[in-house]
Amino acid sequence: MKALLLVLLLWAAPLAAVQPDEMLADPALEARARSISAGLRCPVCRNESIDESNAPVARDLRLLVRERLLAGDTDAQVVDAIVARFGEYILLRPDASGGNLILWLSAPALLLLALGLGIAAQRRRLGAEGDLTPGEQARLDQLLDDKH
Amino acid sequence: MPLPCQLAGPGFCPRTLSMVTELGHFALILAFGVAVVQMLVPLLGAHKGWRGWMAVGEPSAIAQFVLVAAAFAALTHAFVTSDFSLQLVYMNSHSAKPLIYKISGVWGNHEGSMLLWLLILALFGACAAWFGGNLPATLRARVLAVQASIGVAFYAFTLFTSNPFLRLAQPPFDGRDLNPLLQDPGLAFHPPFLYLGYVGLSMAFSFAVAALIEGRVDAAWGRWVRPWTLAAWVFLTVGIALGSWWAYYELGWGGFWFWDPVENASFMPWLLAAALLHSAIVVEKREALKSWTILLAILAFGFSLLGTFIVRSGVLTSVHAFATDPARGVVILAILGLFVGGALTLYAVRAPVMVAKGAFGAVSRESALVLNNILLAVSAFVVFVGTIWPLVAELLMGRTLSVGPPFFNAAFPPFMIGLAVAMPVGGMLAWKRGALGRSVRSLWPVALLAVALAALAWAMQTGRTAMGPIGVLLGVWVVGGAVLDLWWRTGSAGAGRLLRLPRADWGKAVAHAGMGITIFGVAAVLSWQQEDIRVAQIGERFDVGAYAVELRAVTRSEGPNYVADIGEMAVYRGGVEVAVLFPEKRYYPVAAMPTTEAAIQNGILRDLYLVLGDKQADGGYAVRTYIKPFANWIWGGAMLMALGGALSLSDRRHRVAAGAARLRAVPAE
Repeated sequence: MKALLLVLLLWAAPLAAVQPDEMLADPALEARARSISAGLRCPVCRNESIDESNAPVARDLRLLVRERLLAGDTDAQVVDAIVARFGEYILLRPDASGGNLILWLSAPALLLLALGLGIAAQRRRLGAEGDLTPGEQARLDQLLDDKH
Repeated sequence: MPLPCQLAGPGFCPRTLSMVTELGHFALILAFGVAVVQMLVPLLGAHKGWRGWMAVGEPSAIAQFVLVAAAFAALTHAFVTSDFSLQLVYMNSHSAKPLIYKISGVWGNHEGSMLLWLLILALFGACAAWFGGNLPATLRARVLAVQASIGVAFYAFTLFTSNPFLRLAQPPFDGRDLNPLLQDPGLAFHPPFLYLGYVGLSMAFSFAVAALIEGRVDAAWGRWVRPWTLAAWVFLTVGIALGSWWAYYELGWGGFWFWDPVENASFMPWLLAAALLHSAIVVEKREALKSWTILLAILAFGFSLLGTFIVRSGVLTSVHAFATDPARGVVILAILGLFVGGALTLYAVRAPVMVAKGAFGAVSRESALVLNNILLAVSAFVVFVGTIWPLVAELLMGRTLSVGPPFFNAAFPPFMIGLAVAMPVGGMLAWKRGALGRSVRSLWPVALLAVALAALAWAMQTGRTAMGPIGVLLGVWVVGGAVLDLWWRTGSAGAGRLLRLPRADWGKAVAHAGMGITIFGVAAVLSWQQEDIRVAQIGERFDVGAYAVELRAVTRSEGPNYVADIGEMAVYRGGVEVAVLFPEKRYYPVAAMPTTEAAIQNGILRDLYLVLGDKQADGGYAVRTYIKPFANWIWGGAMLMALGGALSLSDRRHRVAAGAARLRAVPAE
């Protein structure tokens, strides 16, 4: 029950989170802050980025991101500093390293496999079907072409 | 009409009213019993060839539906009359809530939504009994038995772990209200459509398993299974679009898709159902791809069950998590394992029996549909892997990590782009043996137009990503391809024949065009939207893109079960007032929850989207302004897809099948 209430409370704040007082004066820097925030998970929320969440910790993190940017950090440095503190859980886009390679590569691999199987099945079917002599085949091709 | 006791207020109605609830509870238990009979008797009858036993399927499917409908009506009655002696009503309703949300509150919770799930399952079973007259007797008996077996599992689950009819010994005076976010017309009708889709796929599953037991899949099977899949897919499309539209206007910043596990849970069956309804065409027309189609039917419903598991178990954290309970999750996982595992085992044993009849060339409509199936299945797989990866990583690698929108936004679109590129070409290939050159030649003008418009979009935007122009390119290509395909079908007869084309042709063109429009809408909003966040004083006017916005006033007012701050904001373009909008910030005291009600002026070319935030210390208000170009095209495209599906469903072929069933039902010699 408590968990449910917590969910409702966290859910209670769907209003876009970035407040005017947090924003940086430099639009280029602010845009970078927004794009970094969109990739960082609010640690106490259910599947929301810190850019979307109204939780206090999300606000703290947004301010931290902007602080680091003002101090002259690159985007990668900001993200690394936050990952060092909160762990990789905070990244909404897991890096493609180690076991995560499976996450990134399994679908393209499956696509290649499926295409390969499809082509192989096609060949097999044509092989089974193609019990025609070359002469018959040529005649058949001609007939089929005429129909078009 | 309200009873006098209801007018007097909550808690004044005599207890005798709630007899209805007990009858509903009893009807649900009885439906469980009927489902057990419907599962066993026709199956045995079909096996032994006993006609009488097989015939039990239809009346029991109809009886089951009537009984669940009675149970559902009783629960609805309890919600409408605010019978707080029911625990469920107490937890999820309030006497001051508007009537429509009292009704939608029935399924706005775990137990009630399970009852809706069962109602729809029974409805599909009853439809199979009503319209299944043209099926061979054994197949019909087996389909109804398999359908009932799904019912048996979920009746047991509902009655034993999630009974909606449980009572409170001491009824409280008033309820705890429904989550205010759910008190919205968009969301009121989102779950029923979604469930019609999810559960509709059970018919495809039942047909697949029945065919495996029967050991026969032919063109007729393809023709029977396709309308059910099509109907489920249409409902799923509408359900997903409603949910996305709701998120867009309710969550306060215009996001429309979050790649949340629960959204993914509805998206995976949608992708697989789309694949299934295309591969069933190949079975129907060419008697090929049979065994793959059977597998898809099993997987599509399997993913529906997986979705049910994800939503109700809480193993994956989701913003939608509703009444999650690990113990219930285990039961659903067991049901999932039993049905999918059982069906796949049966498939492994029986699939080799299904021999394809029609051979086809490498360049043919069949091959194009195989490519469609590969791309749709792989894209469903991407969503699947991304959704369960946090679980896998934790179990197998001990890493706690998140997979969010940035992953899906990178990993998913390539497959959709591939699909969109191939769609117009594949759709125009001939069956059996097509000529790629011919299809490409006729599409040449469309390709030229698409490239020209994309280049124009690229030239008009400055310093933005290529996403917008790519969206234009794909959108024009797909829509143009659909139009050309339709035109091409009229042959030399010209426009006059256009209206006499089969509805399936129209359905295909409309649905494909819808897909192109949705792709364009998504790309346009994501790449061209403008956002402005600021503190505005009353009377202040500020510029956002080509518009100027003025916060005129903020007033407080009271709704039926909330209080609201309502802003009055005027929007100008070139000094001329184009809209006055009233964004609200509401507070629901019973649920102790604030919500924002964005004010949106919808337009064909752009939406103006205004949000009122908190009052600031200096007397101003936080205000957000968004200009969202082509936002409505996202859902417009989805509606076209659904319309296309419906058109295809109403095609003569399917109607003839249903009509034949009616004719046969009349003379009983």
